[in-house]
Amino acid sequence: MYRYDIHDQTLVDERVAQFRDQMERYQAGRLGEEEFRPLRLQNGLYIQRHAPMLRIAIPYGMLAGHQLRALAEITRRYDRGYGHFTTRQNLQLNWPALEDVPDILAELAKVQMHAIQTSGNCIRNTTSDQFAGIANDEVEDPRPWCELIRQWSTLHPEFAYLPRKFKIAVSGAAQDRAAIQVHDIGLRLWRNADGELRVKVLAGGGLGRTPMIGDVVREDLPWQHLLTYLEACVRVYNQFGRRDNKFKARIKILVKALGIEEFRRRVDEEWAHLKDGPQTLNQAAVDAAKAHFPEPERRPVADSSVEAFDQLRRDNRSFARFVTNNVTDHKVPGYKAVTLSLKRREHAPGDVTADQMDAVADLADRYSFGEVRVTHEQNLVLSHVPVDELEALWKELDALGMANPTVGTLNDIICCPGGDYCSLANAVSIPIAQALQERFEDLDFLYDLGPLDLNISGCMNACGHHHVGHIGILGVDKKGEEYYQVSIGGNSTDDASLGKILGPSFFREDVPGVVEKVLEVYVAERHEDERFLDTYRRIGLKPFKERVYAQQ
Amino acid sequence: MPSNDTQAEAMEQTPVHVDHLIDNGELAAENAWCVSYDAQTLPEQRPAFVPLALWQNNQADTELAPLLASDTELNAELASELKAAPAVAVDFPAFTDGRGYTIARLLRERYGFTGEIRAVGDVLVDQLDYMRRCGFSTMALRDDQHPEDALRALNAFSVRYQTDVEERQALFEKRLATTH
Repeated sequence: MYRYDIHDQTLVDERVAQFRDQMERYQAGRLGEEEFRPLRLQNGLYIQRHAPMLRIAIPYGMLAGHQLRALAEITRRYDRGYGHFTTRQNLQLNWPALEDVPDILAELAKVQMHAIQTSGNCIRNTTSDQFAGIANDEVEDPRPWCELIRQWSTLHPEFAYLPRKFKIAVSGAAQDRAAIQVHDIGLRLWRNADGELRVKVLAGGGLGRTPMIGDVVREDLPWQHLLTYLEACVRVYNQFGRRDNKFKARIKILVKALGIEEFRRRVDEEWAHLKDGPQTLNQAAVDAAKAHFPEPERRPVADSSVEAFDQLRRDNRSFARFVTNNVTDHKVPGYKAVTLSLKRREHAPGDVTADQMDAVADLADRYSFGEVRVTHEQNLVLSHVPVDELEALWKELDALGMANPTVGTLNDIICCPGGDYCSLANAVSIPIAQALQERFEDLDFLYDLGPLDLNISGCMNACGHHHVGHIGILGVDKKGEEYYQVSIGGNSTDDASLGKILGPSFFREDVPGVVEKVLEVYVAERHEDERFLDTYRRIGLKPFKERVYAQQ
Repeated sequence: MPSNDTQAEAMEQTPVHVDHLIDNGELAAENAWCVSYDAQTLPEQRPAFVPLALWQNNQADTELAPLLASDTELNAELASELKAAPAVAVDFPAFTDGRGYTIARLLRERYGFTGEIRAVGDVLVDQLDYMRRCGFSTMALRDDQHPEDALRALNAFSVRYQTDVEERQALFEKRLATTH
């Protein structure tokens, strides 16, 4: 875990004092609504449908048990005893009182947390792979690099009033679990033939109104230049990004308008001046960042324990299902990463109660060196669990209702808060997720379908990442009525693609039936062991369209 | 012509003068300069910031200085021309327009401009710290801003992670210096 030193702590404390002052001026009428807006947004504070919403950063998705307990306490004291994990490794509170927000930020600062730049037209919380530092396909641990980017982007004096929001994601593994191709800037850490660390820089990806896959700006940036190169990219965007139309203001529109060659030329021209300048990284600085992420002191796990685990998996069907779906291999033999499902019908996807937060914090302390990860699929991960304690953990999770063995299946729905909470939404999204979970709850059926991402957004801002769901559902408003558009074929991992719209939109009550027909086509058409996505790519949209829109 | 445009044009032609000027982190006793947005005609008042092209055509008048629009693209030639100016103003047409920060930074860091760089226009209390860090030496506050709030806001932070015009060493470098 990154631990604040005196500098980090001072900055966060001063930020709280600054916001308290701004809030007082706002309440006293010395700071107008319009002028207060970017200030509160850059402290995570939205004014929402029912109440303010506060978005708390969980940098690159890492949380310590004591931080999760503090979050639980905050939701009890200042909210309604629950929080919502988002698709960008943040935690949202839906019901804080406006005047309490400075106190909430002060409580967060006590446990080395903040809400800085979780919203607004600035560089947002940097996100990463939930299995960073533990994945067995990892080339380079992205967390120290994310932390260096976090520091560089925090209160950057030049980039607080960008044309629009700016999101950076970093992956350091063979498989991209951070959706880097659909971020304003996506970074991939890799090693060349000489074993030297290089950074592949993508720009211009993003979802929202005009979804796009990012283009490669630079294939092989030497790591020393990461910050100066990012500065060049953002500076070009700050100068040339459109400011006349907020729907055309993201960097993806600039990259598209200039073309990637011209964008690259401008970045390189800018970078020529910044390269080797004062923000050039050196080995000592990177080593210092890496020292914040030490390996936990894991005890060795005996071979006999591994054998006993394998035996249990053969003997106990329920346990085996849990392991197959919710347990991920760890780079250290004898250890596993365990994903806790936050997807249950009785709660909105990604919602977690204060009591559950406390319980997970305790489990993290007992089973996982006090470490919790937050995933962009809106689940939690215990990152270092020895196999001989997996059965005990599984039983405890089951008692808490967090052992749903459905991670990665159709039931593991990504979903934004939608019209129930969000003032931007055109339609509700949570009831759609719940109706789908109800319709498709048979485990054998879910497993037979295999890996399937179903993503739901309540409006085209796409917080539920519907464009990159294998099946995507988008709430739309037509003359005051809520309708739902269904797309298929999206994907956010290495072979990223954007979904194609099936056709005219549907009534809310028809959505589960439409999804069922899409699945029937897949089941009928698939080759053996073929993923939904691959079947779609082979047979195209037409068979799905014909089945769904067939006259009864 | 719709009356709105006429009004806007009339406003554009009236030089703007604000009372509160922050000069090197302190409230200045007075502000001599006005800002004229009229691209065609020189204002009567002096000293005055006028749009860049107008200044370029009237450089003999030492009581005029250039006003850079936020979409100004700096280059070496323009920067060298600006060195002759008594001061340079950078306009913030809206406080949400962040291009002026880059302009000031480039003037200082890339082109070595050492004279006064002034932020004018929609200049608000809570932007001053960033402006200073990007190289603005004076900031003319929008009329409704409270100077006492401005001075407090300027001193909100004692820590910065990045390098900027004032700070040439990133925090990661400073940390290494203290641990070795």
